[in-house]
Amino acid sequence: MSFDRIDEPGVTGDGRVMVMMSGGVDSSVAAALLQQAGHEVVGVTMKLWGGPSDTGCCAVSDVDDARRVADRVGIEHHTFNFGDDFERDVVAPYVEDHAAGRTPNPCIECNRHLKFDRLLRRADALGFETVATGHHARVVATADGPRLGRGADGAKDQSYVLHVLDESVLSRLLLPLGAMTKADVRSIAVDLDLRTSNKPESQDVCFITNEHGRETFLGDRIPLRRGRVVDAAGEQVGEVPAIEMVTIGQRKRLGLAGGTDPRYVVDVDTASATVTIGEKADLSVSVTPLESWTWVGGSVDGEVMLQCSAHGTPEPGRVVGDAVEWSAPHRKVAPGQSVVAYVDDLVIGGGQATRAPEM
Amino acid sequence: MVVDGTTSEIYLDHAASTPVRPEARTAWLAAADTHHANPTGAHKAARDARRALDDARDVLAAALDRPSAEVVFTSGGSEADNLAVRGVLAVRGGTAVCSAGEHHAVLEPVEHAGGVTVGLDAAGRVAPDALAAVLDGLDDVTIVSLIAVNNETGAINDLPALAAVVRDRAPGALVHTDAVQAVSWMDLAAATADVDLVSITGHKLGGPIGTGALFVRNGIDLAAQILGGGQERGRRAGTPDVAGAVAFAEAVRRTVERRPAEVGRLGALRDRLIAGLEDELGDGVVATVARPGDTDSVAAGIAHVILAGVEAEALLFLLDQEGLRASAASSCSSGAQDPSHVLAAMGVAREVAQGSLRLSLGWSSTEIDVDRALEIIPAAVRHLRAHGGG
Repeated sequence: MSFDRIDEPGVTGDGRVMVMMSGGVDSSVAAALLQQAGHEVVGVTMKLWGGPSDTGCCAVSDVDDARRVADRVGIEHHTFNFGDDFERDVVAPYVEDHAAGRTPNPCIECNRHLKFDRLLRRADALGFETVATGHHARVVATADGPRLGRGADGAKDQSYVLHVLDESVLSRLLLPLGAMTKADVRSIAVDLDLRTSNKPESQDVCFITNEHGRETFLGDRIPLRRGRVVDAAGEQVGEVPAIEMVTIGQRKRLGLAGGTDPRYVVDVDTASATVTIGEKADLSVSVTPLESWTWVGGSVDGEVMLQCSAHGTPEPGRVVGDAVEWSAPHRKVAPGQSVVAYVDDLVIGGGQATRAPEM
Repeated sequence: MVVDGTTSEIYLDHAASTPVRPEARTAWLAAADTHHANPTGAHKAARDARRALDDARDVLAAALDRPSAEVVFTSGGSEADNLAVRGVLAVRGGTAVCSAGEHHAVLEPVEHAGGVTVGLDAAGRVAPDALAAVLDGLDDVTIVSLIAVNNETGAINDLPALAAVVRDRAPGALVHTDAVQAVSWMDLAAATADVDLVSITGHKLGGPIGTGALFVRNGIDLAAQILGGGQERGRRAGTPDVAGAVAFAEAVRRTVERRPAEVGRLGALRDRLIAGLEDELGDGVVATVARPGDTDSVAAGIAHVILAGVEAEALLFLLDQEGLRASAASSCSSGAQDPSHVLAAMGVAREVAQGSLRLSLGWSSTEIDVDRALEIIPAAVRHLRAHGGG
């Protein structure tokens, strides 16, 4: 299938816009551009996490950056505390997923539940029809309705983590950076003398610190259980200190004796605390069953390009019911990870890999 | 109140900080112009500054009916609270006790030192029985800190009764009160007659932000928390803010002088505000602790209400757009609203507490503020209820 494109709406306008400001350079520039384009812009930063953070969008210093950028640009700035929602909809499921042997992507869940649900409901209540973010992605108008397109900067494209947005969200969303490269964005930030112009990218999970790491974070919330590492024959060959930390495809920290060909985790069974390892070929599958599908504008069957991580390489395949069928053998996808389907460079939907037996 | 001659602002956040009284402003600027010298110096300019500082000290002392030597100037209420709790613990060790509804400036130092908290009753106060029960379970209590007027709800603790419980059940312990909200609303001299340490601040009563004092009963040994030149009789180092102290004292003088009349005037405005909200919103609004005509157990200037079906943050945004400045619980350092620990201590469920609104009146409040608030707030609440609460 393909889409009949109409255009990519510009950002010019004079309406009220709520722009989500994380305190990073992208949303800083997005806010500035919208203000220059004539909108009445109000900047909003979500306070999501009260615990320690050193990497992401939740630290007080990031709120300070957002506020000072808003001051510089000349727009109002507000901070909303959605800490309870974040704990319930992002952090708790993240922990549960690990406990169940899944590999969650909390940024997707934050987009799904916080940025593009809770904050949109707040925007509705406060009279903002239009919202904006500094994501590297595009809203593309098609004959079938608005679709989410990849950002122009391939290395920074964020359409994967935004795949949960449907038509109702896209129809009110402005993404002013979609056609720009990151270098363009930084250059605008320098020209406008925004304090975030040289701010490093946030890469990691915002509620987990570099100092303490994921294992400490999980260990504070759930008991971490020792796991047996077995080969295909069920023979124990190693041990892991925390079954909850193991992910499909992992080849290190499995307590294995050296001197053999590389071996990989091919299955994690938390119920029996067992990790099964195998050779690279054992990771290869032709079908990946998915669950919790979301569709931008209704379900689609047929030929698509499929992407399994934020900046992964898209591979051809087909959507068949709830599963995806790969055109060529594909590496197993860890349960919990999202597989996003594209037609050309437009997102049509995505689902999460399940642990159901793969063929 | 008119802010800049063009924008009309309805300022109902006096419990967070008040506008500076004109008399305090005049005194402040005059003192800043006159007293440029360091008041610890020996020359005439220094001696003049020292005199202004000590005159201010005398005014504060008179307001609480205490000797001037008991007044330690600080940078505000938080510093005074920290000096009281930490200064006593540093000398005496032992266990600190406070209510669970204290301001964080008391709660944090007490919890940091491994102290014990006493819950609040449904009216937002510390019940003498509850305090007695906690003290009976401890044998090394050295300081008990109980807020005079709660900054969120306005609930007034019965300090004489609570101090009596401490004398009876923990005779060795000192009693401190965070009275930063209290000077405007109660006879603090009478209420704190048997209290050892009292914190007050300027910016809740028409003085400048950055001014405060801790009253330390004569004979109490207190460890300074800021070390240096030994100012304030070795209890708080640092060059004293003479102009700030002068303005603070002027604001206290005016506040105490006008208190009986202001409690009547503002209590009536508070009651009209709450009654007006009830008329407009019916069962959807509940006054948390204030009752009509009661300015003895709840501060005359604080109208804390809980609105069903709205989120405080969203409501505050809409009120702000209309020029009405108010707050909900305490704001955290990011500027977002934190869930109220005070309401939690009163047993109010977290979801219910999300609809909190604190409208606080002060010296600059007028009938017009209340009239405008009664137009703006019900409309905003209705709007939010029609849009999922925010």
